[in-house]
Amino acid sequence: MKLIRIQQEDFDASTLLTELRSDRSDIGASVTFIGYVRDLNLDDDVKAMRLEHYPGMTEKALEEIIDEAGSRWKLSGTAVIHRVGELQPADQIVLVAVTSAHRGDAFAACEFIMDFLKTRAPFWKKELLQDGSSRWVEARASDDEAAGRWKE
Amino acid sequence: MTIRVFYFAALAEQVDCRSEELETDATSASKLIEILRARGEPWRSAFDSRIQIAINQHLAGPADSISDGDEVAFFPPVTGG
Repeated sequence: MKLIRIQQEDFDASTLLTELRSDRSDIGASVTFIGYVRDLNLDDDVKAMRLEHYPGMTEKALEEIIDEAGSRWKLSGTAVIHRVGELQPADQIVLVAVTSAHRGDAFAACEFIMDFLKTRAPFWKKELLQDGSSRWVEARASDDEAAGRWKE
Repeated sequence: MTIRVFYFAALAEQVDCRSEELETDATSASKLIEILRARGEPWRSAFDSRIQIAINQHLAGPADSISDGDEVAFFPPVTGG
């Protein structure tokens, strides 16, 4: 099963996992990653984040990443939910869930999908500042390096 | 030939355009960038930054070819997740 959702609304990981497992008894493990909007390394004057994406390509890019993960590991189901629009610090922003017969495949695939989502899925974050201005978040070299280590 | 061009995020703001239909003889993404840069400012400097290219909604490189009816998109490096 493949679930790909781009939405403004919040999501519930446990509901999603129930949907992804859909009463199958051959699933031995699920690994879920959730990313949150953090204010840890944001300046104090950031009050919110706005996410833009490329409708159409986003879904295709995520499906390609999921399919690539499916060709590398034995997976039962995969879900990616990514929120767009305006988000507040501490909000959930992204979920990647992978189910498999064995935990090793689920752990690896979940990390792989997240690393490629960060470098290949067309989303852009903009920080909205207290004074009404805004600035785009810059891409980080460390994200390219994280995706690069899966090449071999 | 006619193509549809999309711009996203910081790049869309810089050139003040989100999409346009373009009559062009550019046969590759890099030739298309040359044509767009030739419009002068703000296009010239907008394409000085690191830009990612998508052709028909797949990530592409500057040398990749463009055909009639294609959807080409330019955007800054992605920052999702």
